[in-house]
Amino acid sequence: MQGTTMDGGSKDIATRTGEATAVDYDVDGIRRDFPILAREVHGRPLVYLDNASSAQKPRAVIDTERAVYEEEYANVHRGLYWLSERATDRFEGAREKVRRFINAAHGREVIFTRNATEAINLVAASWGRTFLEAGDEIVISEMEHHANFVPWQVLRDEKGIVMRQAPIGDDGEFLMDAFAKLLGPKTKLVAITQMSNVLGTVLPVADIVRMAHDVGAKVLIDGCQGVTHLPVDVQAMDCDFYVFSGHKLYGPSGIGVLYGKEELLDAMPPYQTGGDMIRSVTFEKTTWAPLPNKFEAGTPAIAQAIALGAAIDYLTGIGMERIAAHERDLLTYATQRLSAVDGLRIIGTAPGKASVISFDLDCAHPHDVATIADRAAVAVRAGHHCAQPLMERLGVPATTRASFGLYNTRADADSLAEAMEQVRRIFAR
Amino acid sequence: MMDELRDLYQEVILDHGRNPRNFGHPADATCEARGYNPLCGDQLTVYLKVDDKGVVQDAAFEGKGCAISVASASLMTELVKGKTADEAKRLFENFHHMATGDSETVPAEGMDDEMERLQVLSGVRDYPVRVKCATLAWHTMTAALEGEKEATTE
Repeated sequence: MQGTTMDGGSKDIATRTGEATAVDYDVDGIRRDFPILAREVHGRPLVYLDNASSAQKPRAVIDTERAVYEEEYANVHRGLYWLSERATDRFEGAREKVRRFINAAHGREVIFTRNATEAINLVAASWGRTFLEAGDEIVISEMEHHANFVPWQVLRDEKGIVMRQAPIGDDGEFLMDAFAKLLGPKTKLVAITQMSNVLGTVLPVADIVRMAHDVGAKVLIDGCQGVTHLPVDVQAMDCDFYVFSGHKLYGPSGIGVLYGKEELLDAMPPYQTGGDMIRSVTFEKTTWAPLPNKFEAGTPAIAQAIALGAAIDYLTGIGMERIAAHERDLLTYATQRLSAVDGLRIIGTAPGKASVISFDLDCAHPHDVATIADRAAVAVRAGHHCAQPLMERLGVPATTRASFGLYNTRADADSLAEAMEQVRRIFAR
Repeated sequence: MMDELRDLYQEVILDHGRNPRNFGHPADATCEARGYNPLCGDQLTVYLKVDDKGVVQDAAFEGKGCAISVASASLMTELVKGKTADEAKRLFENFHHMATGDSETVPAEGMDDEMERLQVLSGVRDYPVRVKCATLAWHTMTAALEGEKEATTE
């Protein structure tokens, strides 16, 4: 179960600030792989803590994308010349890297999309419109990003489906008993996040899938946050759909992934139609290409897919388990540092959470907090984080959010805590 | 760094942010509008009492927001009282000019005192994403004067 493996609470915390976090984790070396981390903002070294929104890119990703255009670029799947064959091999090679990374059974179960938002819209439009009927029920959680909320709401209003929200507790913990009560014979889909982008809560997705399957429902997992922090195995999880975006996974923007079980994808009609997704076209009738091309109409984001493959190679080279251990240490340390700031309240303290910390300060609005942090070159997000229903549940209009990635350090957490002291010096008078 | 931030968060702003003037919903308001900043989710409502000569007799607001948006709303309600609707809109044009550093528009004359009081908000010019915070109440006031129910900073 994903949720129980993330307990970092018992780790020793070094008292000296800014020191390396794990003996075998070369964070300085990793930082050198990310060119942007060497730059300054407002005359200070960048402290990038908005990874839950979008992550920075290692040189391997940047170089790969450039090299594709400089050396190996042509359209895919149609050229009868060497360069196109080469580009096609690289593109399909990236699909294989994604397949292995999430342990899908076949490459044809891996569909390239623009991003996770498009992947969810694809499932809503294709699977949802075809297989859901009035009165059917969809269960989501109170923690969903708008991308896993609005597409279902639109479908609800279009088809007369019923949408139910699985609640969270005051610490941001997912309430399994309450979730279980929402499931029933009418439940046709559970569309749920693997990890909250606001609270850091990690959901026990394998258990959720099992319970949903017991009532005959399909399960879509929003893996946008989860895939960046946790090892993912879609077969072990047994989910029916799994989506994520490349840009949060240290890859390029413009590329995302929909994993779907083959039997489901086979039964679904195309989402978009056009070139590259057909078998044959006559004036009377068009037949669809086999998977995965059926869902990849038009020329895809070729260089971006290949560069996503490079991002996956980079992460695999470090090891997702080791990244997770490093981030657990950062979470523990940053939580401790922030908790020491007067008037600072951390929002989301579920056991086993991952390295996203939302908080509010009693003396200042999150917008003012983010502006002051920015002048210290600390990039944090302030706002509703595309999760307005969650903000309503928490009773706050907005939060400040610091999200840690594989290249962050304890020194970054120190800079954040110092910036929060600066906020207090200005506001708490 | 601290000096730059002090330019933005001057004492007057912190004071108005903490203790906003004219905060509430007057029963005799003749028009109102809701303002919304989609970037941060902040919302406020501006209430105006405009007499039959078109003079703003009372102005107030309610809502939550950052120090900049609350202070700007608070100062605005103080400054538009006693002004005609046209004068209030002209004051916003001048303020917008000041807040954005936009050199295209020429400030209207005859509002030197008001502009001097608003000078404390001129620091937002160096923070482009915060200009919307400073102008939210003003967009909302303009909407209320023009009989619209809602305003956004988009």
